[in-house]
Amino acid sequence: MATKTIIKKSALKTEKQSSNGTAKRLEILKTYKIYVGGKFPRTESGRFYEAVNKNGDVLANVCLGSRKDFRDAVVAARTAFGDWSTRAAFNRGQILYRIAEMLEGRKSQFVEELMKQDSSQAEAQNEVETAIDRLIYYAGCTDKYQALFSSVNPVASSHFNFSVPEPTGVVAVIATQNSSLLGLVSMIAPAIAGGNTVVVLASYQKPLCAITFAEVLNSSDVPGGVVNILTGKPAELAIYFADHMDVNAIIYGEADTATKKMIQEKASLNMKRVVWYDGMDWTSPAGQSPYLIMNTQEIKTTWHPIENIGGAKAGY
Amino acid sequence: MAEKTIAVPDFSLSPHVDQVGIEERAARFTKRSIKKETKLNGLLLALNMIDLTTLEGKDSEGKVKQMCYKAMHLLDVYEGLPTVAAVCVYPSMVKTARAALGDSGIHVASVATGFPSGQAPRDVKIRDTKFAVQQGADEVDMVISRGKFLEGEYNYVFDEIAMIKEACGDARLKVILETGELVTYDKVRKASDLAMHAGADFIKTSTGKIAPAATMPVTLVMLEAIRDFYYKTGKMIGMKPAGGISKSKQALHYLVMLNETLGEAWMNNHWFRFGASSLANDVLMQLMKEKTGIYQGKDYFPLD
Repeated sequence: MATKTIIKKSALKTEKQSSNGTAKRLEILKTYKIYVGGKFPRTESGRFYEAVNKNGDVLANVCLGSRKDFRDAVVAARTAFGDWSTRAAFNRGQILYRIAEMLEGRKSQFVEELMKQDSSQAEAQNEVETAIDRLIYYAGCTDKYQALFSSVNPVASSHFNFSVPEPTGVVAVIATQNSSLLGLVSMIAPAIAGGNTVVVLASYQKPLCAITFAEVLNSSDVPGGVVNILTGKPAELAIYFADHMDVNAIIYGEADTATKKMIQEKASLNMKRVVWYDGMDWTSPAGQSPYLIMNTQEIKTTWHPIENIGGAKAGY
Repeated sequence: MAEKTIAVPDFSLSPHVDQVGIEERAARFTKRSIKKETKLNGLLLALNMIDLTTLEGKDSEGKVKQMCYKAMHLLDVYEGLPTVAAVCVYPSMVKTARAALGDSGIHVASVATGFPSGQAPRDVKIRDTKFAVQQGADEVDMVISRGKFLEGEYNYVFDEIAMIKEACGDARLKVILETGELVTYDKVRKASDLAMHAGADFIKTSTGKIAPAATMPVTLVMLEAIRDFYYKTGKMIGMKPAGGISKSKQALHYLVMLNETLGEAWMNNHWFRFGASSLANDVLMQLMKEKTGIYQGKDYFPLD
């Protein structure tokens, strides 16, 4: 349904432009589909909405995702979790670096899309470059954050006692609305750097870069299901993000009080980790930090029995 | 003493199966819309038809006891839930399962006859069967000799099934055709006809050890064989697809197919079973989803 509408529109446009009888080339427009389990399906609901910019120009028809798309995405994310979370930290770093490489190569496409969505040339340029650098930053963090945040704990018994952060599982993300690319990348990168798999609801108003970013992910050795990107209405889908029993953490990028209350209530059903970013400005220094990785980590403490070490005590 | 003889039909007269037609027909059953109350009842029925199965080399008494407990207490927070139909184990575990299930009414099914390959001498197969029955199995899942069948030794296979049926006594006999090894639908049809004439109470698709296991088309071929056998002899035969059915939705598709091929008389666990280990949890998750409206996670359901 979505494709049909697009073709019709561009066909009309072409007819207008070719008054001298020679038909102009028909531009082929991209169908912005969702990204689930490493594939690009249309929403199961068959619905779509028109993404518009400030002037009211229609930029594209975008999938209006449903709760069943989310359900499928969670299954994909859960399936991918085992493999992704047990990969060596170094390997996860390599893959994040690879995403940055691929993004660098398609910079101009993202700049163009951002400008369509009301960014100035300079803003767009800056947003894409910051997003690339952010990926590099978290690529470097993958094999360091555990060392940073783990500890060896003094205990009174004969145990070697240590605490290590581990990925929490499937993370549901409702992305920041006012940022098409940087917000998305800044919320996904720390979660997957830490070994989680994610299901993201992209910005409703600015969805274009999210789906193009999915194409980048798809060509950068990220296993299918590690990142799943949906487009749709936060007001409709937030409740399912919050109450799904197979989701371990939820990250909310906005500051809407009523939604936050709802998320907290529903998240308590299975004690999801709840993270607020309150419409954070992702270009600010607070936008990247190893502490953001820790937002979706759990601390596991191990008591390992040991013998008393004679030399460690005073005297005989 | 007069020998009991069974008239062996000419199995070369088994009808041929139209491959394209049967696959198309089977695919149609997956297009039915089953929602709300119908779905709920379908799920409950599917749950009640499951043979909860563990058939692994590493099976221990503890594992079997745990599974039997699960069979009796699928999800205690959900009131009015049925139990599964049976548990399915190796002969060595029948005694444990029997004791664990007590008077719960859940049947104990045992595989026998050199499961899963069936490559054992005939006297061993018969002893295997008798042992399982002695230990308390009320259902026996036997495997046919696929090698002999593919060689065209239909009489050998026929006699073997008849002998095992005799060894079963009162226990119901399910005959596993292992359709994944029979290669064509024609052979599946022929093996189904053969098994039913030789005395099978149930015909079953697969051991679960060979891929492909149960599929919709192969099950449809067998259901049609059961239907034709019923028209010819008036005798009802049960059906058990096994292996590869792990999602509720698939189970509902099978129920649709069953209803539209054999009718309501077969829509109960006396005549239809699912051989599965992970299907039960998926059905439970769907039931809880229907009840609470919330998508469920496997962390909150018992281990398989």
